[in-house]
Amino acid sequence: MTWFIDHLGEVWDLGRQHAVLAGLPLLLGLLIALPLGWLARRFRWLYAPFTAGFGLLYTIPSLALFVILPLVTGRGILDPFNVIVAMTLYTVALLVRTVADGLGSVPGAVTNAATAMGYTPGKRFFAVELPLAVPVISAGLRVAAVSNVSIVSVGTVIGVQQLGLFFSDGFNRQFYDPIVVGIVACIVLALLFDAVILVVTRLLTPWLRATGARA
Amino acid sequence: MIASTWQWLTDPVNWSGPGSIPNQILTHLWYSAIALFVASLIAIPAGLAIGHTGRGRFFGVNLAAAARAIPSLGLLFLMVLWLFPKFSGSSGSAAFVVPSLIVLAVLAIPPILAGAYAGVEGVDPAARDAAKGMGMTGMQVLRRVEIPNAMPLIFSGFRSATLQVIATATLAAVVGADGLGRFLIDGQKIRDYPQMAGGSLVVAILALVVDLLLGTIQRYAVSPGLTGRRTSASRRGRSDGVSGSAESAGRSNTPLDVEISDPRRTVDSQPS
Amino acid sequence: MIVFDGVTKKYPDGTVAVHDLTLEAPTGKITVLVGPSGCGKTTSLRMVNRMIEPSSGTISLDGKDTGRMKASELRRGIGYVIQHAGLFPNRTVLDNVETVPRLVGMGKKETRDRAMQLLEQVGLGADYAKRYPSQLSGGQQQRVGVARALAADPPVMLMDEPFSAVDPVVRDQLQDEFLRLQDDLGKTIIFVTHDIDEAIKMGDQVAVMRVGGYLAQLAEPAYLLAHPVDDFVADFVGRDRGYRGLSFQAAPRLPLASERTITLGESARDVDDDWVLVVDGDNHPLGWVEPRRIDGEVTSERLHRGGTVARASGPLRAVLDAALSSPSRRGVVVDDSGALVGTVRPHEVLTAIEEAERPVVENPDNPGAPAA
Repeated sequence: MTWFIDHLGEVWDLGRQHAVLAGLPLLLGLLIALPLGWLARRFRWLYAPFTAGFGLLYTIPSLALFVILPLVTGRGILDPFNVIVAMTLYTVALLVRTVADGLGSVPGAVTNAATAMGYTPGKRFFAVELPLAVPVISAGLRVAAVSNVSIVSVGTVIGVQQLGLFFSDGFNRQFYDPIVVGIVACIVLALLFDAVILVVTRLLTPWLRATGARA
Repeated sequence: MIASTWQWLTDPVNWSGPGSIPNQILTHLWYSAIALFVASLIAIPAGLAIGHTGRGRFFGVNLAAAARAIPSLGLLFLMVLWLFPKFSGSSGSAAFVVPSLIVLAVLAIPPILAGAYAGVEGVDPAARDAAKGMGMTGMQVLRRVEIPNAMPLIFSGFRSATLQVIATATLAAVVGADGLGRFLIDGQKIRDYPQMAGGSLVVAILALVVDLLLGTIQRYAVSPGLTGRRTSASRRGRSDGVSGSAESAGRSNTPLDVEISDPRRTVDSQPS
Repeated sequence: MIVFDGVTKKYPDGTVAVHDLTLEAPTGKITVLVGPSGCGKTTSLRMVNRMIEPSSGTISLDGKDTGRMKASELRRGIGYVIQHAGLFPNRTVLDNVETVPRLVGMGKKETRDRAMQLLEQVGLGADYAKRYPSQLSGGQQQRVGVARALAADPPVMLMDEPFSAVDPVVRDQLQDEFLRLQDDLGKTIIFVTHDIDEAIKMGDQVAVMRVGGYLAQLAEPAYLLAHPVDDFVADFVGRDRGYRGLSFQAAPRLPLASERTITLGESARDVDDDWVLVVDGDNHPLGWVEPRRIDGEVTSERLHRGGTVARASGPLRAVLDAALSSPSRRGVVVDDSGALVGTVRPHEVLTAIEEAERPVVENPDNPGAPAA
């Protein structure tokens, strides 16, 4: 505990960087996954190759991705940009299917009614389908958030600035405190992300609260 | 880069002897299998119990969610630090391997647990009611009705756990254990990028092959009544105006069914 | 015989689902529990096989207190059919039907033969045996549900809204078939429904329940329609009950008038009437035509088919309907083979109704109770 208090500033700094490395890719990944997921819904034959293909990205070990990406992007190995790209890939891997399934969870009667009332496909997507898909997409996003926080810490192996550095610090010095602090900080960050997504979801889905259903 | 990776992958030197690709694949699989076995031993009975009784749901679900949030690398370092002195007497790499296995098992438990309880919970309440009403005991309902009907989701949870475990088992190399992670760690040390790329390619292919294998097993282990696959005798019936819907479980036949990407199943596995 | 004796179900939160229910379901008969949602009808049914345990009171089966039996043993001896059939999706139709016989350890061959025979009896041929439930329509699933409940030949059956989830045409069909089956089987049945028409059709006796788990009235269907015990029952039994009550009254001897008929292809020119009845070669009525509007011979397309046809041996309701629906206002009455007997006018049917006996109160203390 005293170790934690002595290193409060450091925990705060690395925590903030960790939050950016794990959080920014969530937004980027969501932005990329939305059109991809929509395509997988719109053209049914794309569903299987898209979900399987992007899911494949998830089997690439993070350790390898962190090391190899700099060669592809041409940036320095410690540049956070590489981590952001890697984490965005993982987020997309998880969210393409989520978005497709979320859009698929919108009852057919609702989309039919919207079409019958004269919505163009584009308007219908933003006014009807996307809002109704929010609960499912949000659930997938929560999983991606927790997973991202854990994976970012693997960046330790190449020395990227984030909470995982406490793990290697403690490990090298055979000293528990930094490791425990690092783990707890990661869990807290994951719960924080989770809470933010939950709150945003609640704000976006007032109709679920009205009927007492769960988000 | 691609050429040199291919060169590394096809170099005969890397295909024989200790530390060769086949050896590391076997070790990698061995670690993964043990971790998955231990995780299943804990998570499947627990998941079935939660799904069957509806009790302990809150506790189990939140515990699994918390386990998901634990950073694997941190837990690995913690475990090695804690267990290393206890293994100092024993020979070999147990001091690195056992902590790695614990970390992988912890990683595998949440998806397996979620698959098991969601599977049992998702069994048609009418079928459960009918089973009880016909005089099945609680165990008979579980064994004859709930488990067979939960199979698609049990498999789905297990398959996604397998994918994560195989990808994450590379971390074992960070603390000195064997497995395909060795190529990543050793490659990084000497800046041998083809070796790293080749190693990760092997991991990804291994994950894919194992998943396809599990998918095949699933085809035979799950009743055709659930997968929507049709027997030849029944295909005839479809044409005479019989309306019936194939269960959505057919979806789990897709080669990559990362459990995390099916939020409808994991929606409840997060703290709320 | 199933006997409810002062059975109450009260939940921990204080809601009373069933209030002091005393009721006898006689052997070999269908007893229907009917009422609005929340009246405790399903709870009552589920207490018989102890899917729900009563808070107080006893339910006995042929004199044996069900509370003293082992729940699973009790249930194996009771057929159970529920709304959505509840088939096991992982098992074939045949395996579903064989469930209970296998649970009680009946022989393999015997089980199989019986299951195949039952499938036949509920109108599903051998080709359905190897199918899975997801390949069947709702009505077919429900047939399998009935076959499955009958598989171990239980003397008692509980049916909880078994036909509610299928469309009206199929429902009618399933009801008719089940009644035919019951004629042969003579099971002791408790049947729950929220549909008063189904209750009247299926029940040998009908128990109307009201919200809060009270038994409002227990009576034979005809008696229930004629003598609702209070406003609630009257309201629940609904409109047209006078008319529907005629379903249970056999037509008395009616003053049938003989009818001039022509056959298809004949000319109607020399008929001196607004309407004339057309029959086929076997004297089976086909429809009415207006001779004024037909120049040549009578063809099938010219037939007016609006009128219904009543059997002379059938209920008064059908005769009245035939008279009311006929364009000539002459109701067509046929014999059991479908051949024309004569016609009857609405006022003649009404006179017959007025003269017919009203249902008799057999037990003045408990009006409507079936004769012991």
